[in-house]
Amino acid sequence: MKGNEALAEAAIRAGCRHFFGYPITPQTEVSAYMAKRMPKIGGTFLQAESEVAAINMVLGAASTGKRVMTSSSSPGISLKSEGISYIAGSDLPCLIVNVMRGGPGLGGIQPSQADYWQATHASGHGDFFNLVFAPSTIQEMVNLTFTAFDLADKYRMPAMILADGMLGQMMEPVEFPEVQAHPIEKPWATTGHGGKRPHNIVNSLYLKPEDLEDLVRQRFARYEVVKENEVLVESQYTEDADIVVVAYGATARIVNSAVKSARAKGLKVGVIRPITLWPFPEKVIAQAADSCKAMLCVEMSMGQMVDDVRLAANGKVPVHFFGRTGGVIPTPAEVLAEIEKIAGGVQ
Amino acid sequence: MTHNILLAGFGGQGILFCGKVSAYGGLMAGKQVSWLPSYGPEMRGGTANCSVCISDEPIGSPLVLAPDLLLVMNKPSYDKFIHTVTPGGTAVVDSTLIADRDEVEGVHIHYVPATALAEERGLKGLANIVLLGKLLGETQFLTLDEIKKGIEKSVPASKQHLVEKNFEAIQLGMSL
Repeated sequence: MKGNEALAEAAIRAGCRHFFGYPITPQTEVSAYMAKRMPKIGGTFLQAESEVAAINMVLGAASTGKRVMTSSSSPGISLKSEGISYIAGSDLPCLIVNVMRGGPGLGGIQPSQADYWQATHASGHGDFFNLVFAPSTIQEMVNLTFTAFDLADKYRMPAMILADGMLGQMMEPVEFPEVQAHPIEKPWATTGHGGKRPHNIVNSLYLKPEDLEDLVRQRFARYEVVKENEVLVESQYTEDADIVVVAYGATARIVNSAVKSARAKGLKVGVIRPITLWPFPEKVIAQAADSCKAMLCVEMSMGQMVDDVRLAANGKVPVHFFGRTGGVIPTPAEVLAEIEKIAGGVQ
Repeated sequence: MTHNILLAGFGGQGILFCGKVSAYGGLMAGKQVSWLPSYGPEMRGGTANCSVCISDEPIGSPLVLAPDLLLVMNKPSYDKFIHTVTPGGTAVVDSTLIADRDEVEGVHIHYVPATALAEERGLKGLANIVLLGKLLGETQFLTLDEIKKGIEKSVPASKQHLVEKNFEAIQLGMSL
């Protein structure tokens, strides 16, 4: 299955019955799949008049406690950022998918990872975070969709799947897990109750500064729990590595190919692949920085995650960067050349 | 064993379909596979290409830049990719549509008038599969049975009557 289709099918199996979107390359297959399937299973597929409308529909549907999602690609996510902030400020769970393409502006339509900062640090105004998951295979597109819905519900916050055009468009075999939806009680949901209990209010407007500060602090206390418990990361060959390469998503696949070649040449190179970008696996990177001699961050951008890697490494080792941007996909050979350049300095 | 296959031509020649057949064939053979299309404006009348990896190991980069197997159906793609084939690799070229006859050291290039042959034999529109048959016959990158299963998987339910025609095209390609 195509990555976009696999993700859509996983969302349905995870219990999502409401999809609000607006088409944009390279994620349109998510919408197309939902348009085909939702009416057959009693769900809602709605192509909104704009991205702004779509994300506000997500806000409304999420208020009722239903599993709901939207998907888009980079420029569309920018349009959705106001709504994402409102959803976070209302403590609502939902899934937002960004199949990244080159930017800024309308940019291009080829794969990119230049929305890392936006996804992890500034997906809207105000003090808040989203859960951000970065799949690197189609199977992970599926598995992380389940995880994203579950954790969004658990922590009452938006979750984002941050993929890219390569993952969205490529096909790989997938298996859908036996375990399906894990619905939980949502006593906060506005479901209509005929006066049987005090009514629930979904809101993000707090005019008294002290009230707002209290609420934001409560939210940040919850973020600490997320950071403690929900980090996902994969490490390979890091025990004896002189050089540790950090990469996520589709780029991590390219890095894996390069690292395999480097190992075959006798270079001690390892890979750390953050699977959650927020919470960021800072402890794993800090530990690796204790034992390796240098790090290399590879991204399809001018260098965004590298900032977080440098913060985590905390000056213990030099953190180099290699990236291609604008929709250009780095090649394993280019990454290998960077590794060899650094290895020359290390030895 | 890993095969990195690149298929390229004009949009509408069935390049992506041909890639799908190969990927599904690999899947049927129990291999790891990936299929990555070029997407976007170039698909409308411009060049279309598609990367397929078939491997015993998990696939790293799914983007094929140095194929060991190349199938090419138009001049712009021929110019772009014929010199990217790795030494020992194999290329099949539709010589009805491409007049060039390059020789690349270490690469087995087969020039097959696939489009003309397909029309002659009542297989119009299946030049892509004829070329795939030639590639299969020359390299055995999958078995005929696996490719046939790949065809059965890739032909949409509404066009099942075309499965047999595709089998014919594969066999024609293999016989050349």
